[in-house]
Amino acid sequence: MSELFTLPVLLGILYSGVRLATPYLYAAIGEMFAQRSGVLNLGVEGIMLMGAYTAFFVAMSTHNLWLGLLAACLVGLLMGLLMAFVSVTLQAEQGISGIGLHLFGLGLSSLLFKKTLGSVESISGFQPVKIPVLGDLPLIGEVLFNHNLLVYGAFVLVPVAWWVLTRTTLGLKIRAVGVKPEAADSLGVSVTRIRYFTVGLGGVLAGVAGASLSIALINLFQENMTNGQGFIAVALVYFGGWTPFGVMGGALLFSFVNALQLWIQVKGINLSSDVAVMLPYILTIVALAVGRRSQQPAALAKPFERGEN
Amino acid sequence: MSQARKLLSRWGETFLPVVAVAAALVVGAVMLLALNVNPLEAYGAMLTGVVGSVSGFTQALVKATPLLLVGLGITIAFRGGVINIGGEGQLIVGALAATAVALALPGWPGVVLLPMTLAAGIVGGAAWGGVPGALKARLGVNEILSTIMMNQIAVQLANYLLRGPMIDPAEIAAGTQIAQSAQLPEQVWLVRLVPRTLLNAGAIIAVVAAALVYIFLWRTTIGYRIRAVGLNPDAARFAGIRVPLYQALSLILGGAFAGLAGAVEVLGVQHRMLEGLSGGYGFSGIVAALFGKLHPLGMIPSSILFGGLLVGADKMQRAVQVPSALIGTLLGLIVLFVVSSDIWVRYRARRRQTHE
Repeated sequence: MSELFTLPVLLGILYSGVRLATPYLYAAIGEMFAQRSGVLNLGVEGIMLMGAYTAFFVAMSTHNLWLGLLAACLVGLLMGLLMAFVSVTLQAEQGISGIGLHLFGLGLSSLLFKKTLGSVESISGFQPVKIPVLGDLPLIGEVLFNHNLLVYGAFVLVPVAWWVLTRTTLGLKIRAVGVKPEAADSLGVSVTRIRYFTVGLGGVLAGVAGASLSIALINLFQENMTNGQGFIAVALVYFGGWTPFGVMGGALLFSFVNALQLWIQVKGINLSSDVAVMLPYILTIVALAVGRRSQQPAALAKPFERGEN
Repeated sequence: MSQARKLLSRWGETFLPVVAVAAALVVGAVMLLALNVNPLEAYGAMLTGVVGSVSGFTQALVKATPLLLVGLGITIAFRGGVINIGGEGQLIVGALAATAVALALPGWPGVVLLPMTLAAGIVGGAAWGGVPGALKARLGVNEILSTIMMNQIAVQLANYLLRGPMIDPAEIAAGTQIAQSAQLPEQVWLVRLVPRTLLNAGAIIAVVAAALVYIFLWRTTIGYRIRAVGLNPDAARFAGIRVPLYQALSLILGGAFAGLAGAVEVLGVQHRMLEGLSGGYGFSGIVAALFGKLHPLGMIPSSILFGGLLVGADKMQRAVQVPSALIGTLLGLIVLFVVSSDIWVRYRARRRQTHE
């Protein structure tokens, strides 16, 4: 074990841990907004897949990564609004409709992939940008300040989300709608409009999460490439106690376990790599069991109907 | 409300799922047009591929068998108010357990070994459903997320076992290393019902299971309690029913049927365990269960329909080069349409209340 954890190896694991937290952060912060307003969107995985495909396809055909990212945002928004329509306007059972949205995204991204690409190809995605001064710091400079823009964006999103949620009127409305929609409604806050906003935002961020995989981290698209990350992101919201910094802590814990697991696979250590691949999923179940459920928004997954008393 | 209109609205509610499927097919037709494929030709290929030949139709029934069993498990769980997304993992573990038992005792006579193998599948699936069940009952862990994670773990477990301890020795000898188990002893193979097809006695097992689940849910005390918990957990608690216990039980039973599906797939179709055995039945079983209105007997035609859709998608892929992934997209839409149409049912119910 001693030659396994030399300093460069450790730094390498930390570096990829920070990198791999990116999709979790975008998806989970978006999902956190939806859940804080009372909507459980389980379709995140399907939206991520569509975002990943769209970003990759547009970036490849236009040779413009930003257009790819923008397209992923739009597709994410559309799918988010579809989920909002089904769960808010039509008041459908949220758990099952989310699974429906997931199946839809999984099927459609595979279908489009086979029709338009046919085989796995890679592109040159967003390149690392070294931050001046900070990037030259010993040890942590390389680990923290030499990433591509989407990675930085994910970490900037965390304090921004915290600020919006706790320091703005919008954030107050979101929280009110998630805890006591009747009260918010009687004070003139439109429950419907707030929930459309948060679920739409969650969709956009899930789209970006998918794009971060296909045009910034792995730089290719293949069927079902998210492999459960969207569902883990939903679980991270529970684990993080519905707060942005809690979610970030969970995302980092997961991505470090992931980085470690990838390293174990590369090294071909006797502890079977199949067992290592199970680690994130086992960890998710443990995380759910120890999560702080007392902070769960009171109206989570409950449709709101006006004038019902 | 006139008698005729009342009847009409009841029929409307019964056929809502059919409307949902029709709507999904219409959306699918638009997608086909966007892909430059004539929808009539594509759907025609699908239909003739399934009902146009004995082989097509028996293939649909072969696919309907695991769908029915998984869907029965999902029906029990949903009736108990828990959302079981773990059919996929439960099926895989059931298949692994059945394979392990059959391979461990190759010399045993079929009359003993076959029931033991089926039981192993049931126990394996029940255990895999039991983990989320216990976590929900004890710690309030969201069962949707935990069952999804159990799916991922089951896939990795199968990969590990089929490449390592359970791999066919012939694969190692030949150096091909395909991830599959050795062939099961012949005395546990399920009887083929139609010669030169894969249709086997598993289909009969599944139909009998559907009847048993119906009796269980509507004619036994435990079944009644499961449904009471699902309909209104608060009322059930006041009535003295231990809600967490019955929620856990409905997940365990759900797992048991998915595990049986895995065992039947191994014993009836493949005669060995291999990677990718589940083929998404865990998810399409949810769609079939919703379409069958969460009724065990409604599940029988529903699973045949969806078995037909799955086979038809393969035929369509060959005939007009439309990737069979289209069917996954349609399944997702069907789920969305069915759960969305609930609002219509609720609206009718409320109108009836205020009118009468």
